[in-house]
Amino acid sequence: MKKNLNLYIGGGLILIQLLAMLVSFVYTPFDPNEMNIQERFSPPSWNHWLGTDNFGRDILSRIMKGSQTAFLVGTIAVSIGLTIGTFIGAFAGYLGGWIDEIIMRLTDTLQAFPGILLALMFITVFGPSTVNTMLALSLVSIPVFSRISRSGFIQYKQFEFVEAARAMGLSTIRIMFLHILPNVMSPLIVAASMGFASAVLAEAGLSYLGLGVQPPDPSWGRMLNEAQNYIFKAPWYTLSPGIMITISVLGFNLLGDGIRDLRDPRIT
Amino acid sequence: MLKSSKGVMLILILVLSLTVFVGCGQRSDKQVVSEDSTSQIKSGGNVVVVVPQDPDYLDPHLAAAAGTQEMMFNVFEGLVKPDNQGHIHPAVASDYTVSEDGLVYTFTLRKGIKFHNGNLVTVDDVKYSLERLMGVETGEPLAASFTVIDNIETPDQQTVVITLKEFDASFLANLTVAILPEDNADHNLNPIGTGPFKFIEYVPEQRVVIEKFADYWKEGVPYVDKVEFRIIPDNEAALLSFKSGAIDIYPRIANERLEELGSEFHYVQGMQNMVQLMTMNIAHKPFDDIRVRRAINYAIDVDEIIEAVAFGLGTKLGSNMSPVMPQYYQEGLESTYNLNIERAKELLTEAGYEDGFKTVISVPANYQFHVDTAQVIASQLQKVGIDVDIELVEWGVWLDRIYRGRDYEMTIIGFTGKLDPHKILGRFTSDYDANFLNYNNSEYDELIKQATKTVDLEQRAELYRRAQQILTEDAAAVYIMDPNFAVAMKQNIQGYIIYPLDVLDMSTIYFTE
Repeated sequence: MKKNLNLYIGGGLILIQLLAMLVSFVYTPFDPNEMNIQERFSPPSWNHWLGTDNFGRDILSRIMKGSQTAFLVGTIAVSIGLTIGTFIGAFAGYLGGWIDEIIMRLTDTLQAFPGILLALMFITVFGPSTVNTMLALSLVSIPVFSRISRSGFIQYKQFEFVEAARAMGLSTIRIMFLHILPNVMSPLIVAASMGFASAVLAEAGLSYLGLGVQPPDPSWGRMLNEAQNYIFKAPWYTLSPGIMITISVLGFNLLGDGIRDLRDPRIT
Repeated sequence: MLKSSKGVMLILILVLSLTVFVGCGQRSDKQVVSEDSTSQIKSGGNVVVVVPQDPDYLDPHLAAAAGTQEMMFNVFEGLVKPDNQGHIHPAVASDYTVSEDGLVYTFTLRKGIKFHNGNLVTVDDVKYSLERLMGVETGEPLAASFTVIDNIETPDQQTVVITLKEFDASFLANLTVAILPEDNADHNLNPIGTGPFKFIEYVPEQRVVIEKFADYWKEGVPYVDKVEFRIIPDNEAALLSFKSGAIDIYPRIANERLEELGSEFHYVQGMQNMVQLMTMNIAHKPFDDIRVRRAINYAIDVDEIIEAVAFGLGTKLGSNMSPVMPQYYQEGLESTYNLNIERAKELLTEAGYEDGFKTVISVPANYQFHVDTAQVIASQLQKVGIDVDIELVEWGVWLDRIYRGRDYEMTIIGFTGKLDPHKILGRFTSDYDANFLNYNNSEYDELIKQATKTVDLEQRAELYRRAQQILTEDAAAVYIMDPNFAVAMKQNIQGYIIYPLDVLDMSTIYFTE
């Protein structure tokens, strides 16, 4: 069996970020919101590893604090999307018929809108805040999960073990969630990992547009937005959040591929 | 899934290429400040100036956009014309007198002054222009400020006598409005004025072109032959175009971008007659307490804001007036509330807020300048125990909820300047319909009312100066700064004069060497 490089690299990248995020709860080199005008735009140094921004705030501390937002938004958005998506996909796939028709046409409608546009619309209506950002992103991710879950249930409901379970007189709910769901989990986990990447990116995008996390709390997208005015004066300022977004998106995508390879012997 | 991960990769590539691009950016530490060079003036040459938007109307009586006025200032003139100190000088008129009671204005027409079409300006043209603004024919005045005119008489071919219904201190400033030829069929299609440049063409979303008017009444100006206002709505594209040399003059360059300019450019900067201030909703607890407002004033370090947000390029203010208006400006107020944390804490304790309080500062999200200011203020107020949340609101919401609805706690905004002090200070009178500060002081109201009725200029100025003192004493707001604005241009262009108004005066610039 070939070495699963995707899994190692992806997992490694995410692990580093996860550690940085966990550390930031108890320790950051500086207060992420403390201003120090005298020291603004200092390039990376031993004191400020990633330099300082236009208010003299330490970029490393803000990046660390910002990773909390990114992970929080990613986790909540994917969890909600995954749970709801799996549920409705399961019912649609297992029960079939008109229930399937109605549910899938509804998710089709949802999917017909580009994700970011739907999130923008949601936030315009309900106002920008971290909570609304998470809700908007979970709403966007529901169709993805429900489709995967539905196709899995359609596939497995014809298997003999399901028929056997039905013959034993088990309840529909029990069959769906105890017998079929474990078999469908694998592609869903892969999708969740990739969904995490999209959520991080979308949060950055919304914050960049000023619709996500509100200042002065750090978020990678918001930092990118504020940094762009100083792109020539302080290139390290744009570079840091840019690279962090890149690493986390790349990491979660590789991780997703790695998990798929791990769980699906046909490909490796 | 495949599709969306493709999208993800695309965005990834974009982010990556952005970061690479940043890596390649070069820092330029050269600080280029313009010096008064007295090198010889070379007449002629074409200039390209970048502007962010299309004109709304070419007809000067209909145009309302500041972006239109700053271009057309070169094409049109009124009976009088402002200079860059805010003083008013005769233009189409060569001289004027005002009667003792301030009701009768007598203008003498400038001898031999011509329109761009070659015709002499007559008293009938003046009468026509003013009556057009009053809406004599249509019944709909084009400008409300001209309804104060009772009648216009032309006793001879050189004299125009304007009689007002009542005294109006700002009337003369209003007469800077354009004088137009009566026989022009369509002022919007074919604008004709008396300014130093004549209008040549307007291509929507591309350019407005004006050309030197050889018969201009003032000898010697303008120096350049042709000016093209190139319309580029995107700031970044405009700046790149400027740096590449395709554009000669870039007005309103952001302060943080000045360092990027190489030695082939220079810039001039000046105050823009704006008052950036943080208002506190006085009808709202705890800001109804003057001690709290004063404490906030003491806790905020304005110098630090100027340094942090405007890179030091701003003038500290102490009241609602910029020093660019020397006639009316009350000196010395800016140091009334110098940073004093101890005093701020004392005042808060006296007011019963020894543990501070929580509040929200709402800022229009489209003004990064105000958003940055809010961040600095939030961190400064933290030091006296005031916990500030920042709320970004859209411009539409700001106008609706804060400006008109007065539903807010604190906000930051810039009041753009006018030549007329009444328009600047009248915002704080209790009966002003957009007094969103909810400021209410009967002494202040009385002063402002008295000033509008005072004919003597110096007495009026004295009243306005006293009004500024009251605004400071009452800590009606936190007055922050008049941010400088800079105009960048190529090294071989000189003579640019900055106005505290929406004006891009092209008549004084010239090429050197």
